[in-house]
Amino acid sequence: MKRALPIFVVLAGLLVAIAVANPYFLEPPSLLAFVKRAAPLVILAAGQYFVIVSGEFDLSVGSLVTAEVVIAARLIDGSAAATWPVLALLIVLGPLVGLVNGTVTTVLRVPSFITTLAMLLILSGAVFLWTGGAPRGALSPQFRELGRGGLGPVPWSALILLAAAAAAIWVMRSGYGHRLIAAGDNDRAAALSGVHVARVRTVAFMVSGLSAAIAAILLGGFAGVSAQVGQGLEFQAITAVVLGGVALGGGRGSVVAAMAGAFTLEALFTLLNLYGISGALEPAVQGVIIIAAVALGAVSLPRRKAAAA
Amino acid sequence: MLKMTGIGKSFQGVRVLSGVDLEAAAGEVHAVVGENGAGKSTLMKILAGVHSPDEGTIEIDGRPVTFGHPIEAQRSGVAIIHQEFNLLPERTVAQNVFLGREPGRWGLVDRAAMESATAELLHSLGEETFGPGDLVRRLSVAQQQVVEIAKALSLNARIVVMDEPTAALAEHEVGLLYALVRRLTARGITVLYISHRLREVFELADRITVLKDGSRVATEAAAGLDTAALVRLMVGRELDAHFPARAGGPPGEVVLSVRGGGNARLRDIDLEVRAGEIVGLAGLQGSGRTELAKALFGAEPFTTGEMRPRRPRSAREGIAAGIGLVTEDRKAEGLLLGQRVRDNALLVARATGGGRPAVEKLLERVRLSPPRPELEVRTLSGGNQQKVVLAKWMTVAPRVLLFDEPTRGVDVGAKAAIHDLMRELARDGTGILMISSELPELIGMSDRVIVLRDGRIAGELPAGATEEAVMHLAAAS
Repeated sequence: MKRALPIFVVLAGLLVAIAVANPYFLEPPSLLAFVKRAAPLVILAAGQYFVIVSGEFDLSVGSLVTAEVVIAARLIDGSAAATWPVLALLIVLGPLVGLVNGTVTTVLRVPSFITTLAMLLILSGAVFLWTGGAPRGALSPQFRELGRGGLGPVPWSALILLAAAAAAIWVMRSGYGHRLIAAGDNDRAAALSGVHVARVRTVAFMVSGLSAAIAAILLGGFAGVSAQVGQGLEFQAITAVVLGGVALGGGRGSVVAAMAGAFTLEALFTLLNLYGISGALEPAVQGVIIIAAVALGAVSLPRRKAAAA
Repeated sequence: MLKMTGIGKSFQGVRVLSGVDLEAAAGEVHAVVGENGAGKSTLMKILAGVHSPDEGTIEIDGRPVTFGHPIEAQRSGVAIIHQEFNLLPERTVAQNVFLGREPGRWGLVDRAAMESATAELLHSLGEETFGPGDLVRRLSVAQQQVVEIAKALSLNARIVVMDEPTAALAEHEVGLLYALVRRLTARGITVLYISHRLREVFELADRITVLKDGSRVATEAAAGLDTAALVRLMVGRELDAHFPARAGGPPGEVVLSVRGGGNARLRDIDLEVRAGEIVGLAGLQGSGRTELAKALFGAEPFTTGEMRPRRPRSAREGIAAGIGLVTEDRKAEGLLLGQRVRDNALLVARATGGGRPAVEKLLERVRLSPPRPELEVRTLSGGNQQKVVLAKWMTVAPRVLLFDEPTRGVDVGAKAAIHDLMRELARDGTGILMISSELPELIGMSDRVIVLRDGRIAGELPAGATEEAVMHLAAAS
């Protein structure tokens, strides 16, 4: 928890800065709107956390989000009756892609960076082929309700986010969570202590795939159908996780901090927006953040070692 | 030649060294001994320019020197041979020796000059088993050590610091190292020799400096000390009974047996371990000791033969069959260095769903000091780390525990604690198989000793066998 603290300070600072520029920001409706906007990224970051803390990467989630939204639009095609079966299909499809990522990485021993980069290309190529560049069909109003609507004043996405966060925290405190961190810290030692490293990591990829499915459902409702809906989300999620102080390479950091990192990133975008800075700058800002966060992490490591000697 | 006076150093307010004096003459082997944490490494790092001292002076040949960087120490003729070598495995011996200082001609590396200079250096060290063109990756640990020393000589080192040089060597290679050290001193080079192994210290050293808790306790001529007196200086108490007494009673039922076990590295292994006995496993480096332990455990399984209770095909199956393995390299294979003591101690139990053991009690039982479950394992000394590895296995109470070099890189006090624990486990009915390159330890602890040679069992010796008998079996052709 000690390591997670800085990100909360940064997040609080950003929220205050937004509130200074826009006093209405702290009112419940606009705060809830912020949560609604942030929810897909926060859920993706939680999923990405599982993969990163186990010592791997998942670059395929952005493409997976796009693929899921496009598939949903085509299969539902505006029909209310098709909504629930298709939702169920999406929820199954996400972990299935994760299962492929995980199996290729752990059984065929292809580095996950390559595996999931290939999956990114395969999924976006498949989507392009299937849609011919412009997605067809439409989401039903029932589908879009999840990303747009709410229970009274509280958006569904906030409730889904809450449930996902609670589930993620619970899983990380379970035996599985401890085995996951063990595999990320030192996979040889973990394996020689009886941890089924391949299985543990594959499940992490499936969790990431599931988080992409949920994010896709929320984003489809929130932003509508396009062939670019998930573009760049994998890097936003990784930036968020790193910003939360989770070590690339695995074994360190908490899922709560990773989610706080996602909120922080979203708050930063909001702030830039408020000051009229072009949204085109967002990738550049992200790039700077990811380098700064990893560099700071790298700087603190030798100190840790010196203290140990 | 070398004179360090009043050296003091603190890290983040914690005093690590205070008022340490060290003097060494040309051609002298000066041993620096002390328990882990006594300050040996820090003192040597100050000499090598890695740390700068808070207090004190260093003189070489009567001239005061200050090192802001290891390169400056190197230029003044100080070289350190670390426990882990700094060699590039995919380069040749000559390329490693001249790394960063390649002799050039017209902007190109003069390979012929480099190789002949290296050949000369190797020849002067009496090395004939490999040449300057060999890839470092193909060399044994002992040979790589020679490369490191050749590199030091090519830098005109006059003070060579050797940090635990025999830690990774097999018994028969240690003699070669002795010869090497004597060649260095014959050239007038000063050797500072750091080791936990007192036998080596007495074999080589002219004088011995003992450090304890960051201060110098004594500097004495080696001839005027014996092991008991030296241990007393190091720990401040007498460890007269080096090894805890054997249990005595007859061993129990067979808890592990192999008939005709074999794989790529092992052949015709017949072996039994009974409840309550400690079986020693001896053999030269490369004889297959670690491979045998890993085969019994299942991490590198047997492909042929019969094994009871069953032949494990993976570490998970081995653990399920009631077998545990304390690995040779605890940092790479035993511990999650970035995690807390608690998470490490619970690792096996969590991995196998083995309930919720009481960690605090266990840490007390393995004599972890201080017994704090919240500390990060990487901050612990080698001895404490090994105790955490033991705690990890004790959570699941295996019927057989395999120990691969259980006291390597562990200080004298922790060593005794680990020996006590092994006896205790045996008394409680655990069958123990122990690998050690230190023959006195192996013989002192074992109820019988099995000797491996070239992947086969060369023979078995009863308790109290002599080192000569073990070596004879291990090395005979």
